[in-house]
Order: sequence, then structure tokens, then C-alpha cells
Amino acid sequence: MAEPVFTPINLITGFLGSGKTTLLQRLLADPALADTAVLINEFGEVGLDHHLLERIDDTMVLLQSGCLCCTIRGELSMAIRELQSKRERGQVPRFRRLVVESTGLADPFPILSTVQADPVLRHHFRLGNVITTVDAVNGLGQLARQPECTKQVAVADRLVLTKTDLVEAEAADALVGRLRRLNPSAPLWRAAEAPIDAAALLSHDLFATATRSEAARRWFAAELASSDRGDAPDRNRHDDTIHAFALVFDGPIDWTLFGLWLTMLLNRHGEKVLRVKGILNVADSATPVAIHGVQHLVHPPIHMAAWPDADRSSRLVFIVDGLDRSLIERSLASFLRAGSSALSPAA
Amino acid sequence: MCALCGVLGGSGHWTDAAARPGVFTRNVDGLQRRRERGHRIACASRVLVHYGLTLSDWQASSFVLSTATGKTELVDDLGHLWAAAEKLLGRPCDPLDPDLIVRLEGSGG
Repeated sequence: MAEPVFTPINLITGFLGSGKTTLLQRLLADPALADTAVLINEFGEVGLDHHLLERIDDTMVLLQSGCLCCTIRGELSMAIRELQSKRERGQVPRFRRLVVESTGLADPFPILSTVQADPVLRHHFRLGNVITTVDAVNGLGQLARQPECTKQVAVADRLVLTKTDLVEAEAADALVGRLRRLNPSAPLWRAAEAPIDAAALLSHDLFATATRSEAARRWFAAELASSDRGDAPDRNRHDDTIHAFALVFDGPIDWTLFGLWLTMLLNRHGEKVLRVKGILNVADSATPVAIHGVQHLVHPPIHMAAWPDADRSSRLVFIVDGLDRSLIERSLASFLRAGSSALSPAA
Repeated sequence: MCALCGVLGGSGHWTDAAARPGVFTRNVDGLQRRRERGHRIACASRVLVHYGLTLSDWQASSFVLSTATGKTELVDDLGHLWAAAEKLLGRPCDPLDPDLIVRLEGSGG
């Protein structure tokens, strides 16, 4: 039987007027993206000319009694299902990637959870990189005033800084400093100054690189180095509650205990855990397991092909809003220790 | 079905990820699933004991979460365990609660 192929879905988000559509226009000019389908929320001033362009209406199904992980944006879900159905029937070209452009005011979380919670979509699609555009002219003000804007930056896998040619270098640097405190690890492009590398933006995601240990090593090296920078002393602004940190645990981790702990943490504090990423040394597994979550949503854990280097410790990177690093570290350690000592005689 | 939302086919918790290439899961074959269920109950019980709750297997398809007075909730997966526990207790179950951490540290080696 052929292995199932999951079509990656990239989300392009960013505040109103931050250049999402312009970025999309530049990306779609790349011949390598000819097999990419695009869903947009509204047709804006920037014209898009692409053979696989569809529109979604913006309504969200909020399930009354539901858990947050099942928040489904009804129209988005229907639009992607429709594309999938047309692809299967041969009515549209066999696209191999889908790019969704969100509205500027949208909280990215429900869009991501739709792909994972919808029973049809999660058998055909998987989440790829989230790309967030930030406008160098208005970015600092938007970050100060709009919580959605902060969240869009924190959940990004790639940041694209736009309109840097319209501001002084110092202003752009101040914005970059702020972005780095909110999200220390996402690679950042200055769209006005550098050519857009479509492959690096869209396709170099965790799932795609997990099987190549060299790429995975670079990914984690960057994460760990930059998350240390996130704890730098300049992070003591009073209103700046979002920060990043890395935890390192030696020795193999019990997968079930870890799952129990992270599930409990996300149940109570999910909206404050903007990102969690990590590479785990799981007991009974010869190769590491990568985990990756956004708020209440955790992607299916990835079984990496090999360890990226000689270091066998488990490494976790968090971006949190107002949660205490030392409590998180102590809590996880206490779960792992309590479980292992109690369970080891029977194991 | 997602027990909280009523979404058909909605339960796809990451701790029970469907076995497929590149994905780490213990949801592979019948034997491993049974072993994992037993291990999961043992692990969860180490924490739930601090809330006076017990977890047991139900027909190898769900879990039963019970209070000391016999109130019960059926739980599909770990994603629903803590929401169900909070519903039974009427208070939050917070892994960052210093009292819980101290008790877990005391119960460990």
C-alpha cells in the first residue's frame, strides 16, 4: 500500500496592512510554487493572479461545550474540503501545498486547530510553517495595542519584516529587538531588502527536516541559542510578559508521563503557552521524538530519523505569556521523578 | 467522538496519534495499545491520588474517572482527562500549583 501523503498547509498571517498579500504575490511568482493552492479571506487592493485561488468567508464555529482544541472555523474547513474534493475528482490541478492567508484581525490559533480537529482534513493535510508579516512602520504600535498582533508574532515559524525601506534603520532595529523578545527563534526576513526564498519560508518545516539529521541539528541549535537570548536582561519591561526559555533534562524521559504533564499544563494554561517545541530522549526509543505545539494544540509527535548530535539530553523551548519558568521546570521534573520511582519496580 | 464537543471522529489526541510514517506513537498494535493503557493509568494515578480521584480502564476503549464518593466521568483520552477531573472536583487541576509539586517531589525517590 502506498504511504499516505499529507499536503502541508502554510498559514500567512500578520496585522492589517502588514503586507500579507504582497508577500503572497511575490511567493506565487516563484515557478517552484506552481503546484500551490491558495485560500484567501478577502480580495484586497493588491491583485493576485493565480490559477488556484479561492475565497473563504470568515465565520467561526464556536462549539458551546467544546474544548478549545476542537474550535473549527466552519468556512475554512468547508473551503479546504471543497479543494480536496475537486483535487480528488481531477477538477483542479493536483496541488501539493496549500497556503491560507488569514484576515489581519484573526487569532491564528483557531485556523491551526481547524486543520487538526476536522476529521476529514486531518487525514489529508498537515500543518506547515506559520509565516507572520510585520510592518516596520506600524509594527511597534500594533504590538503595543493589539493582543492578536503579539500572538501572531509568537506563533510564527518565519517572520517577514516589511516596509523597512520606509523607516530609519534605528526604528527597524527597535522593532526587530521587540520581535526577538517575543519570538527569539523564528528566522526573520527583511522583505524590502532581501529576495524571498520561497523554499526556506514555506517548505523547510519541522516535519520535512526531521528525517534529515543535519537540518534538524541546525534547527535545534538555532532554537536553543536564541532562546537563551530571550532571557537576556533587556526583557524587564513592565508590560512585557511574553518571554522564551529553554529547559534541558538529562536521561531518557517516560513518554506517557511527559504526555500527562503537558496535557495537564495545556488544559489549565494553554492560552498562555504560545509555543512549545522540543526534542525528547524517550525511554525505549533509539531515536529522538520532536514535539511542537501552539497553545492548546500539539502537532502529532515526530519520530526523527537520528539524533542531530552527540548530545542525548531532552531539550524543550517555551514561549509563554506570564508563566513562571522555574515553576514549569520544577513541575515537569516532579512529574517525571514521581512517576519513574513509583513505576520502576514493575517496569 | 470528541466527548466534550460532540464532533464525530474528533478525538485525535496527540498522545494517541495514528500510526503513520514519521510520527511517533504507541498506538501501533493491539498489544502495545493495551500495555500503554495500563502504563497510562499507573502514571495518571500518581497524580490523581493528590486530588482523591482514581482512573480505571473501561472495556479497553475508554477510561473511568471516579471520586471517592462514586461520582464518575467517562474519559476518551488524555486530552479530556483534566477537563473531566476539574468538572468532578469543581476546582482547577494545575500542574504549576506549588502544593502539588511539593507533594509529587515528596512521593518520588
